[in-house]
Amino acid sequence: MTWLRDHIGEVLGLTVQHTYLAGVPLILGLLIALPLGWLARRYKGLYLLLIVGTGLLYTIPSLALFIILPFLLGTEILNPINVVIAMTIYTVALLVRTVADGLGSVPDVVSQSATAMGYRRGRRLISVELPLAVPVISAGLRVAAVSNVSIVSVAALIGVQQLGSLFTDGFDRDFMEPIIVGVIACVLLALAFDGAILGLTRLATPWQHAGKPAS
Amino acid sequence: MIGRILAWLTDGAHWQGSDGITRRLLEHLAYSLTTVVVAALIAIPLGLYIGHTGRGRVFVVNLVGAARAIPSLGLLFIAVLWLGPRLNGDIAFLAPAGIVLVVLAIPPILSGAYAGVESVEPNARDAAKGMGMRGGQVVRQVELPCALPLIMSGIRSGTLQVIATATIAAVVGLGGLGRFLIDGLAVRDTPQTASGAILVALLALAVDMVLALVQRCMVSRGLTGRYRTVQVFDHDADIEATPTAPLLQ
Repeated sequence: MTWLRDHIGEVLGLTVQHTYLAGVPLILGLLIALPLGWLARRYKGLYLLLIVGTGLLYTIPSLALFIILPFLLGTEILNPINVVIAMTIYTVALLVRTVADGLGSVPDVVSQSATAMGYRRGRRLISVELPLAVPVISAGLRVAAVSNVSIVSVAALIGVQQLGSLFTDGFDRDFMEPIIVGVIACVLLALAFDGAILGLTRLATPWQHAGKPAS
Repeated sequence: MIGRILAWLTDGAHWQGSDGITRRLLEHLAYSLTTVVVAALIAIPLGLYIGHTGRGRVFVVNLVGAARAIPSLGLLFIAVLWLGPRLNGDIAFLAPAGIVLVVLAIPPILSGAYAGVESVEPNARDAAKGMGMRGGQVVRQVELPCALPLIMSGIRSGTLQVIATATIAAVVGLGGLGRFLIDGLAVRDTPQTASGAILVALLALAVDMVLALVQRCMVSRGLTGRYRTVQVFDHDADIEATPTAPLLQ
């Protein structure tokens, strides 16, 4: 434990970096997946295309994607933006299906009631269908968040600094403590993301825990 | 740059020998196949048991969640540093890496098997019991075939996980295509690194497609609804135009 006491500042710095590399793609991925998921839901032909297409992207191993992206984007291999984009691709791949299924989980009668009340398509989507799809979308987002935190650590192999750097440093010096500290920090960070999404979902779906209706 | 990568990939010398592409590709396939088979032999019976009896559900749900959070690179290094000194020769890095690959492949396959059995229509299970099937028969003849689509998707995601982690495992001395990435990065040989990355991505895509085909062949048509439509003697052109076209799910 002496190692951790001496290096607590470094570990915290790497945690901040890790949070950024795993968190920003989560937000970007959700913003991209929402319209794509809506399109997949609205046009049957697109559904298969989008689900298969994003599924193929998801099969690419992370280390390979981290290395291939700089060539496609013309960026430096050490630029953390590659990791952000790679993680965004994985997040979108996971979430497109979730968003489409979430929108699909809205009961038809609800959409029809909204239409009957005078909601046009856009407003109905924003204020009726999307809020009702939140529980499903949030479940997908939690999976994406937790696996993002784990996958980001692989970027240590291409030299992008984050908690995974503790693994490579420890391994190079045959020294277990930084590796264990890194693994624990990753798991705690994943739990923190999970808790944050759960909390936001609770705030966004007050009707789910409003208690029993008055009789 | 693209030209240099293509030149590296199409150079015959890079395909032959003990560190050539062919050899590395076969190694990668061998590691992946072995570890997924071992993981499946452990995870499928366990998942069927948990799904059938309903015992240990909480265990599976938590295990899968926890496994997703644990970084595979860290796990790999811990296994090698801890087990490596206790073993000799090649096995010193093969065994820890193999164990980590199996451990990583178990949770997705286990949850697929468990969720597959869980999702079997209660009516189908009741009907099987009503026909006089015993517990074991219900598992083998009803629950297993009905659970196959989810078992196969568990195997597919486990396999992708293994292919990706086997690539990373080159950093602890494992062979396979990961060698081109790790060695290329170490000596800043960009064409080699990029070629390795492309080969790994293609391998993952190809293996997933093969497994998708296997799934298509194995899963009962009663579940997927892909029946060969009987020729209908009707003068409706729409029906005659696609008499035997299989329907997509």
